[in-house]
Amino acid sequence: MTLANPPFTVETRTRASQLFAIAAILVLVIAFAAPFIVSRSIIQDLFFILTMLVLAQNWNLLAGYAGLISVGQQVFVGFGGYALFGCVSLLGIDPLPAILIAGLFSVALAIPTAFFTFRLYGPYFAIGTWVVAEVVRLLLAQWKALGGGTGTSLPREATRDMMGVDLMRDLFGMKAAQASDALTYWLALILVIATIGFIYRLLRSKQGLGLAAVRDNEQAARAVGVDARRMKAMVYLTTAFITGVAGALIYLQKARISPDAAFSVVDWTAYVIFIVVIGGIGTIEGPILGVILFFLLQTILADYGSWYLLMLGLIGIVVMLFAPRGLWGLFSDRTGIQLFPVRRRLKGGPLGHSIKGGPHG
Amino acid sequence: MEILELDGICKTFGALTVADQISFAVSEGEALGIIGPNGAGKSTLFNLITGNIATDSGAIRFRGRDVTRTPPMARCLSGMGRTFQIPQPFEKLTVFENLLVAGAFGSERGEADVADRCAEILVDTGLIDKANVLAGSLSLLERKRLELARALATEPKLLLLDEIAGGLTEGECRSLVATIRAIHARGVAVIWIEHVLHALNSVVERLLVLHFGKVIGIGKPEEIMASRDVREIYLGIEV
Repeated sequence: MTLANPPFTVETRTRASQLFAIAAILVLVIAFAAPFIVSRSIIQDLFFILTMLVLAQNWNLLAGYAGLISVGQQVFVGFGGYALFGCVSLLGIDPLPAILIAGLFSVALAIPTAFFTFRLYGPYFAIGTWVVAEVVRLLLAQWKALGGGTGTSLPREATRDMMGVDLMRDLFGMKAAQASDALTYWLALILVIATIGFIYRLLRSKQGLGLAAVRDNEQAARAVGVDARRMKAMVYLTTAFITGVAGALIYLQKARISPDAAFSVVDWTAYVIFIVVIGGIGTIEGPILGVILFFLLQTILADYGSWYLLMLGLIGIVVMLFAPRGLWGLFSDRTGIQLFPVRRRLKGGPLGHSIKGGPHG
Repeated sequence: MEILELDGICKTFGALTVADQISFAVSEGEALGIIGPNGAGKSTLFNLITGNIATDSGAIRFRGRDVTRTPPMARCLSGMGRTFQIPQPFEKLTVFENLLVAGAFGSERGEADVADRCAEILVDTGLIDKANVLAGSLSLLERKRLELARALATEPKLLLLDEIAGGLTEGECRSLVATIRAIHARGVAVIWIEHVLHALNSVVERLLVLHFGKVIGIGKPEEIMASRDVREIYLGIEV
């Protein structure tokens, strides 16, 4: 007996995602125009939000998709920052290419790091990554040419004469400081788009599906032919590159670096974990929502000193208890809305109806 | 032509011997049943065959190649499919995505190339209505079916089934047996560990009896079931 069924088709798009794509383009146009519209201090705030978002997306890819819970990502922020300072101050390389070189240095660091930490599982892996970060911090604090334990500043000429700054002064009549702020802001914006674009593409590819399988059940994933180890290593090295680039960009904008700040577990990992956890781990939307909430909380609680950290901790615990998949997870479960859909839904054939599934994660 | 050959496989966990000089072969397209009391080393034997556990000594050949030191992933790619005794679905993926992963990686092709085949397997295994449901929300029967469906998606030449009929009702068991017979009829070799003997014996051509890691009998089901050792050890009947 043959049934006259329509052929099967596979879909990932949703109506919400198409509307969102249009809205996202509008937001991006405004974001690119921001340096002409708003003040320098707002641009600096936006720069902070964008770079934290890059770090959060990377940590989310590591923990939420590859199951690699690292508390040592600050090693790549710090190392990227130091690599930039080394390239610019010691070798006289222009800051823009130095940012990419810093990313490559981070990958070079990630290879031996992975060699040690990948032998560890779960919480041991987490501790291992932290130990590596501390070791690198202590080693760089010995580097006298870059200020040792007290740190150093970028030479003023470096950012003033940076590639592109002259062009912007001629085109838009900006002052040097304003032009370099606008330039680092645009670079951060491009980095956010590239990072989210890369992660979204990855998750929609065959590799992304394999990664989700590894996260859910590594043994079963190996049994169906997924190379779990290679997949995790690839994610680890990629996030090291992007985190290193972000670190270089952050310290290009700060123009001052010290080992304690650059390898701060609170600034570059604890806050990042907070952003991912309250936003929603295992979703691309989660860190975006999380970073906005984090910035608002930081602004509101800025005057309360150490109460600020206590409040963050408390909010983190409440969210974990009542919305274990974060605020976006809660919202998405209720409404079924996904802005970055990765779910492959089978349509057609004898399927009379399609059943709604939640997002990955 | 042998598809799988085990030659003197040994494995101990500390003082406990779980595989003691196990040697047997399975022909292409054959169905072999494995029985034995709890703790006889049946699931361990599967883990040794698929490479989830490394052997202490002995050799495993699959489709003419020595795979004794080959990792599980590579054994899957060369045509070995398995189900787990305790179903291990990818819980946060849908049923269809579970098959897509297995199809795309297990047969080294693109997602789009295997999507149709995965959908057909869902129809064959009775899971098509659940295609877009998260695998974590399935019932036990559905999880067992998913184990089978996911193993099939890797396009195996040899299928290893680990107690796939356990815990099912009589009706569920009958339909599962029908599905397995159909797979076997297409020329896929099957090794099936099972306690539900009538289900097992309605499919397999030979039975192997395992006891404390030793093979104590291998042959036609009726001969094995009639043998003195098996009746004593496995069925607990005084002879």
